[in-house]
Amino acid sequence: MDAGTRTEAARQLLDAYKTGQPIAPLTSTHHGLSLEDAYAIQLLQIEELLAGGRTVKGHKVGLTSAAMQRLLGVDEPDFGHLLDDFFYLEHEPIPMDRFLQPRIEPEVAFVLKAPLRGPGVTVHEAIAAVDFALPALEIVDSRIADWKIGLLDTIADNASSGAVVLGSTPTPLHDIDLRLAGAVMTRNGTVVGTGAGGAVLGSPITSLVWLANTVGARGVTLEKGHVVLPGSLCAMVTVAPGDTVTARFSGLGSVTARFARN
Amino acid sequence: MTTATGASGGAPVGGWDVGSVAAELLRCEDERIERPPFTDEWPGLDLDTGYEIQDLNLRKRLERGERLVGVKLGLTSRAKQQRMGVHFPFVAWLTDAMILPVGDPVPQARLIHPRAEPELVFVMGDRLEGPGISCAQAMSAVESMWGGVEIIDSRYRDFRFTAGDVAADNASSAAFVTGPVGLPPTELDLALEAVLVEVDGVVVDSATGAAVQGHPGEALALAANDLARRGHAIEPGWIVLTGGMTDAVFAPPGASIAMHFTHLGSVFLNGGEAPTPCP
Repeated sequence: MDAGTRTEAARQLLDAYKTGQPIAPLTSTHHGLSLEDAYAIQLLQIEELLAGGRTVKGHKVGLTSAAMQRLLGVDEPDFGHLLDDFFYLEHEPIPMDRFLQPRIEPEVAFVLKAPLRGPGVTVHEAIAAVDFALPALEIVDSRIADWKIGLLDTIADNASSGAVVLGSTPTPLHDIDLRLAGAVMTRNGTVVGTGAGGAVLGSPITSLVWLANTVGARGVTLEKGHVVLPGSLCAMVTVAPGDTVTARFSGLGSVTARFARN
Repeated sequence: MTTATGASGGAPVGGWDVGSVAAELLRCEDERIERPPFTDEWPGLDLDTGYEIQDLNLRKRLERGERLVGVKLGLTSRAKQQRMGVHFPFVAWLTDAMILPVGDPVPQARLIHPRAEPELVFVMGDRLEGPGISCAQAMSAVESMWGGVEIIDSRYRDFRFTAGDVAADNASSAAFVTGPVGLPPTELDLALEAVLVEVDGVVVDSATGAAVQGHPGEALALAANDLARRGHAIEPGWIVLTGGMTDAVFAPPGASIAMHFTHLGSVFLNGGEAPTPCP
């Protein structure tokens, strides 16, 4: 794929945010799209948003569960960028008009106290770089019509990022068993998902190691103070205007996202 | 064929009645035979008739020397209900013949197509008699809570059945194993107690107790209230399997299955050796 085609694909995705109209899967309109093309298309959008004043606050890892990998026929996760305007406070109604087809999932977020630069990052180095964990809800969204995504579609679309709500109770990693920590997600009081940390690639730390090494190979460092969303503990569910979603974690507290009624 | 007892289920069709279905199900279990659901031939085999058959087979099991050790709930999680197309839970009987000691492999030689599912397990301290039992009352009657794995094995081909069929088949019960850690019910929020399901070293699923009717204590209350309708109470010392937290995983010969609980330890299950082919 030549530079012009990449730019055009990035433009289509950026336009989808503005118009609220999703586009057809890039894999259906751009035959021969490669992994490199997909990440380049993601980066072109991020660069334009940064030029417009946004800043990078961290990264997310997607496609980390056995179920999602089976669904998309992949055996590797992918990553996207988290920008400053993705973050909402627990009590703040999240405007729905920034989304096209939002869904939500519970995650254990990591906040870094030291930079992590791959390749070659190991588990102990990743753990040592984590300042604390936070309960989190990630709102995922797709600019691809009907979520008909393949691996390359979601990579090009910033790993289907949408927004983030972080809880306010930090926990050091010494105090929890990340693999066996349970989470229950309720939507308007009804249980809509349950899971354990190990649903994320066996452990959320594995996801952090994979991210550090994968972006490291591209010359990118995970920065001190950045947040990493390592992946969901259960299947994502839809959200509608007026919904209240809470994720409760064993040993990590809880976090609530409110959606505006607009 | 004998004639129907006629208490429920409408007129028997295809020659089946409570007695003959019960006998056929026990034969299928003993001889490792899978078969189509009875409702294909006897559409009147409804839930109440299914339970009548289940209770008759419990009496037969006790007559042949098995001991009643508790009850199990089936289809208590949304994942399982959706997969099976049956949208309410079942209560069925556990006898000592279903106890699998820790470390024993899946008993393939007496099973048709076993699957394994992680469960939260209660050992009862007090008698619990419905109706009208709430979750808090039910939990107050619990002596200890355990992690466990239930091995289910439907006598129906491809696990295809209706509510009446599965109630008659003792809710696909086969065997169960309990984990290494027992805690008093005041020690844990069971809604947040998680399990990680690993097959051959790969995490394939996870869930928490909230997947079981919102809280496994709700499943226990449901069992007490449902059994009261059938004239039974849950007795002290009984084991209660509260239902699969996740969808069941296949447990074929050679498989290495591990269920890791947050506070209730891990249960490891070896798939065992291939049995002789089903007749």
